[in-house]
Amino acid sequence: MRELAAITALTIVVALLPAFVTSGFALNLAIMVLYTTLLGQAWNVLAGFGGQFSFGHALFFGTGAYASAALQVHLGVNAWLALPVAIACGAAAGAFVGALSFRYGLRGSYFALVTLAFAEVFRILANSVAFTGGGVGLLLPLKESAANLQFAGKAGFLYLILAFVLAGFLVSWWLKHSRFGAWLAAVRDSEESAAALGVDVFRVKLGAIALSAALMSAGGFFYVQYFHYIDPHIAYGPAVSVEALLGPIAGGLGTVFGPLLGAAMLQLLGELTRNLAGDAPGVSLVVYGVVLIGMVTFLPRGIAGLIARRGA
Amino acid sequence: MLDFPILFASFLNGLAQGAVYALVALGLTLIYGVLHIINFAHGALLMAALYGVFFLNARLGVDPYAALPVMAPAMFVLGYCLQRFVVGRAGHGRDENVLLVTLGLAIVLENAALAAFKSDTRTIETAYTFSTVNVAGAMIAVPKAVAFFGALAVAALLLLLVTRTDLGRAIRAVAKERQGARVVGIDVEHVFAMTFGIGLACLGAAACFLLPAYYVNPQVGNGFVLLAFTIVVLGGMGSFAGALAGGLIVGVIESLGGLWLGESLGQIGIFLAFIAILLFRPRGLFGRA
Amino acid sequence: MLEVRGLSIRFGGVQALDGVSLAVAAGGITALIGPNGAGKSTLFSVVSGFLAPDAGTVHFLGEDVTGVAPHRLCRMGIARTFQIVQPFAAQTVRENIAVGAHLARPSRREALAHAERVAERVGLAQLDKLAANLTVAARKRLELARALATGPKLLLLDEVLAGLNPNEVAAVLPVVRAIRDSGVTVFMIEHVMQAVMNLADTVFVLNEGRLIAGGPPAQIASDARVIEAYLGHGAAERLRRAAEAAHA
Repeated sequence: MRELAAITALTIVVALLPAFVTSGFALNLAIMVLYTTLLGQAWNVLAGFGGQFSFGHALFFGTGAYASAALQVHLGVNAWLALPVAIACGAAAGAFVGALSFRYGLRGSYFALVTLAFAEVFRILANSVAFTGGGVGLLLPLKESAANLQFAGKAGFLYLILAFVLAGFLVSWWLKHSRFGAWLAAVRDSEESAAALGVDVFRVKLGAIALSAALMSAGGFFYVQYFHYIDPHIAYGPAVSVEALLGPIAGGLGTVFGPLLGAAMLQLLGELTRNLAGDAPGVSLVVYGVVLIGMVTFLPRGIAGLIARRGA
Repeated sequence: MLDFPILFASFLNGLAQGAVYALVALGLTLIYGVLHIINFAHGALLMAALYGVFFLNARLGVDPYAALPVMAPAMFVLGYCLQRFVVGRAGHGRDENVLLVTLGLAIVLENAALAAFKSDTRTIETAYTFSTVNVAGAMIAVPKAVAFFGALAVAALLLLLVTRTDLGRAIRAVAKERQGARVVGIDVEHVFAMTFGIGLACLGAAACFLLPAYYVNPQVGNGFVLLAFTIVVLGGMGSFAGALAGGLIVGVIESLGGLWLGESLGQIGIFLAFIAILLFRPRGLFGRA
Repeated sequence: MLEVRGLSIRFGGVQALDGVSLAVAAGGITALIGPNGAGKSTLFSVVSGFLAPDAGTVHFLGEDVTGVAPHRLCRMGIARTFQIVQPFAAQTVRENIAVGAHLARPSRREALAHAERVAERVGLAQLDKLAANLTVAARKRLELARALATGPKLLLLDEVLAGLNPNEVAAVLPVVRAIRDSGVTVFMIEHVMQAVMNLADTVFVLNEGRLIAGGPPAQIASDARVIEAYLGHGAAERLRRAAEAAHA
């Protein structure tokens, strides 16, 4: 219950932010932290709670992004309507990959590889197909209004991403306090034992990947609304897949606040690196890579694990 | 396009490219077979080796083939140290951890290259870059022909190492039964590091054969990672013959596929094949079940 | 309750089970013994749905359940423990047992409460301890508790006493009896003869994939084929002669 209180408090604090902070830079920072948190929350559902490590989560991000962008650009569909469609498409992609992979018993490294391959296939397809705009991508026309989920100031986007992150928090909390979550944790820790205790392992994993994909596609939707642009490399490239996993690993796999902690820490590190090393491309990612290696080596339970240990 | 000479030339080119792919895959399959690690940094490490060959040529004027005796040992040392001090320590023996560490390594390497060398694509030019040789009527670029024979030669050397030397015996022992090898006194950590080093040495050699007919930029590794995995999985994880056969097959498929579908769509075929193999026959052609 | 007919399964060159037929009566404790490699765990794996036999059938409560998936069998009332225990290491004892309790209870609170009751029945304390930090004896109890929490009609115990010292074994025996008394049929693989003789109403003996004997414990103990299976060919005869010589 303390977790719910913390979630509520956090939500209120962020919601009140635009009243006190007007700097575009600061608001953008908050938005990016929340955006990265969302991606992390999505990956965390499947990897942290479910124990299945995907290296191609961009697949779901890109599907959500393209579904939304294509609907808005080609068919003039309103953003509010495009949102549920995008999420549904993302979840469907998740169910598809999950059904194939889990039906054939792919686990561990093999599963990671297959997700990578799927993302690559979609990237190449997106590059070659008309409705995704091919290599040029899709540009979302500027039509600022709440009715179009595009906002003149940053505050509107802050609320949008906050809504998604709140959903992510609630999903994570639910996974810690529900039967499905208990089943999922059982599958993560020992599939055989879980099956012997009556858990339908396939269905549980399928549910988890669909849920994870749904959240990830919400991230893709947000990206398009905020940056107005999507192309195959952004949508399905390895960058998004990596971005999704860095936060939870740094912050703490399988925890409710891990993705947020990790996202905040990485954003901070990124800012520090930018101050010290200038805007050279790639430097902050080098730092992130080192953090990844460091975390796995020395702090496998992430920051949240560190906090838990101190409290114990 | 169904013109035989074009097909034949494409086939030979694919074979030559495939031999280099095979060399890359050999390193990967060796690492998997012995350490049971899927090395996600394999592509980035190849990229690093390619930059090595590039700069040896650009700054010191060293011919890429002449660079082999420098690159292979250098990559070997790098591999030994990486396994001994980074990957081995971080793994804690858990599959997911090692996965993440090699991924982290790939991220570090790729972005360090980006920061240091910018994203420009570089190529080298040698006296023979544009020469061709006539093979049964098809004109094959000399660098490709050299790559074919060179890669096979290195593969043969590797085979000799693994089957005829004491180190090779130790490697095979560790691959088969880690604990048992420890019990009979084999320094397993050392063998792991040696294996990783040899795997990277293969990359060093592959880079020397690859660069004259190819190019390098920080992202070039990404393209090779999935390709190498596809080959390894096709041929069977841990199988030498598999990596060789797989490399050649994939090289040919890529070349012929590119002919019909254009380069990028041709690649899709490979990845779809990869997914299919993972799902329906994960042990590949020569792997053990 | 449980009936297997003509079960056969082969792994590569080894015939792990060869036409095994036996019946487990409801409401008692039935034991399955035999030398190592006899096929006991394999039989359990077939009965609990983890392996499909090459031939033969498994009937549970009159229904043919051959080849049904483990989780479905669990829902029908067959629960099993594993010889090599696999606790959910990252979770607490209570959470571990709750997974079993959730079979019939969607509510998290109810499942956790039931887990506490089961833990008490089985004699497990320290409910908030992480499963990874438990002793071997405690892990075995946890394994038992998890399976029990699913509310089974038939409980398959695979060497639940293995690795326990005599005191720990003596402590578990009444727990098993209590489970039987509560109405659960127990089918156990065991090597600890003290327990088998003490607990079981019926004992079946497997050797090299074949059923070689079945009956009350006392009868099995003096069965020549059983003695030979454990002690080697001709052992029964030697023992008999030695006993006669001692009486002479």
